[in-house]
Amino acid sequence: MGLTITEKILAAHAGKDKVTPGETIWVDVDVLMTHDVCGPGTISIFKEQFGKNAKVFDPEKVVIIPDHYIFTSDKHANRNIDILREFVSEQNLPFYYDVGTENYKGVCHIALAQEGHNRPGEVLFGTDSHTCTSGAFGMFSTGIGNTDAAFILGTGKLWVKVPETMQFEFTGKFPDYIMAKDIILQVIGDIGVDGATYRTMEWAGDAIMNFSMEERMTLCNMAIEAGGKNAVIEADEVTLKYVNKRTNKPYKTYNSDQDANYFFKKTYNASTMEPVVAKPHSPDNKALVRECSDIKIDRSYIGSCTGGKYNDFLAAANILYGKKVAVNTFIVPATTEVFKDLECKTLNGKTLLNIFKEAGCEIGDASCAACLGGPKDTFGRTHGTEVVVSTTNRNFPGRMGSKQSEVYLASPYTAAASALTGRITDPREMLN
Amino acid sequence: MKQIITGKAYVLGDDIDTDQIIPAEHLVYSLSDPEEKKNYGKFALSGVPKIEAGLPEGNKLFVHEGKFESEYTIIIGGKNFGCGSSREHAPACLKIAGIQAVIAKSYARIFYRNSVDGGFFIPFETLDKLLNSIRTGDTLKIDLEAGTLTNNSSGQTLKLQPLGEVAEIVKAGNIFEYARKTGMI
Repeated sequence: MGLTITEKILAAHAGKDKVTPGETIWVDVDVLMTHDVCGPGTISIFKEQFGKNAKVFDPEKVVIIPDHYIFTSDKHANRNIDILREFVSEQNLPFYYDVGTENYKGVCHIALAQEGHNRPGEVLFGTDSHTCTSGAFGMFSTGIGNTDAAFILGTGKLWVKVPETMQFEFTGKFPDYIMAKDIILQVIGDIGVDGATYRTMEWAGDAIMNFSMEERMTLCNMAIEAGGKNAVIEADEVTLKYVNKRTNKPYKTYNSDQDANYFFKKTYNASTMEPVVAKPHSPDNKALVRECSDIKIDRSYIGSCTGGKYNDFLAAANILYGKKVAVNTFIVPATTEVFKDLECKTLNGKTLLNIFKEAGCEIGDASCAACLGGPKDTFGRTHGTEVVVSTTNRNFPGRMGSKQSEVYLASPYTAAASALTGRITDPREMLN
Repeated sequence: MKQIITGKAYVLGDDIDTDQIIPAEHLVYSLSDPEEKKNYGKFALSGVPKIEAGLPEGNKLFVHEGKFESEYTIIIGGKNFGCGSSREHAPACLKIAGIQAVIAKSYARIFYRNSVDGGFFIPFETLDKLLNSIRTGDTLKIDLEAGTLTNNSSGQTLKLQPLGEVAEIVKAGNIFEYARKTGMI
């Protein structure tokens, strides 16, 4: 019996020839990522357990990316950044992307990719549930808590129960108006918010492999919304081209064997996919966008690790070009690199930033911003009964701030089309 | 490790996510400063919609205004308890509020791991949902050795699921104690 990519990567990192789903193993960690919300707690557990003067297992393998509560006057949030700075300087950590400096990046999952920390075949843990995003690079990546992160800081190892793999294959070609966000919302709607609990979501098929790295990241990003342990897409030339531009470190690629054992397999015909939303208050509350055209919205929000990458904004700009939004529309680039792209890259002679400004959008600085609510003064946060169409990943009660607000998760195309009409709008109405 | 856990039940529904357990705006407090960390008790479960807070009736405060601890000791959940974020503040806030055990049909895996590896409490599982057999305020008894849950209010006793691969970590107390016991660190 062959092995899946995930099983091969885990076996290699446990010093074994093969592993079996359900087996508990200890793996060697290639990268540990933390941020401003969970970093301070992780550091305090690390010191409590390994001693005040303890050193991290390998400074080259620790990446700290403040991104959650950056542009706020909240004194506790700002104190947490100071804790990160002190630890970085004491441990002499080379990969720290500090707030208020040229080195600041923004949302950790996208920054990891852009700064060359995502490499095929590696094992990456992060103190954020959306760490599964990195699986787009043919690696094993998953979210953990402060205690597990502190354990890794001290030992470079962590226990893992080998997950079973579910494969989602899309054959043929997606229509032009379909984005990766539609696909992941479709699949979560099909299997439910616990449909992949502690399993791998492996994406396959020619339609998936035609996606850019950014779209692949969107697909993998929301595996956690189905309870997935990790998501993975095998590395191909698209992956290698992206990675080789950003790192010189050696890495190894893995593919699933033809005779690998899958817990579940489903094949979709890519050409039949339609734009979908997840209605309040659950990511699996799926509906076709065209079925929701009577729902009025107060706000459109385009941003986050899920929907705030360059390709997400290019899609939105295609729809917003030369038009005016009908509701408050927030544009929040995931990272400073994406922000620079908005300033420099053009569509029909205009920069994306100008397209958004002329359309009447409000532009925020790179960070997680209102994706998870956050401190009261967070850009784009809800405070009342707002109905929001958002390119983010979660629509739990209160997720974007106010418990009374309602969030519809959607693709950047749908969020932009809805911004123009003030109701949930199928992008096909605008793209024709 | 306590062999018997007794106390009042606080009953919740399915898919209780970490934003309901501890809304993100509160994640700024220190988890190591004894005074500041009390805030996590104060805001524990503050994101649960009122009608779903303390079933079956709902509208039951988990922590009363001005308090930092709950009158409840055991949480009863449905399926997929603790889904969403990896924030360890979620199991931590429940412990800070005085919770000694959570019993649910199933858990989101990161919450489950965090509860065990951090040694906050034991996340017990049951074969069936307990929503219809336990009411918020019922007095419960968990017997660890026997692996049973008794509802003193109804007299009913049922079996808890075995802990499986995490049993040794639970027994040791947390992942660090387990690693010390086995000579890893």
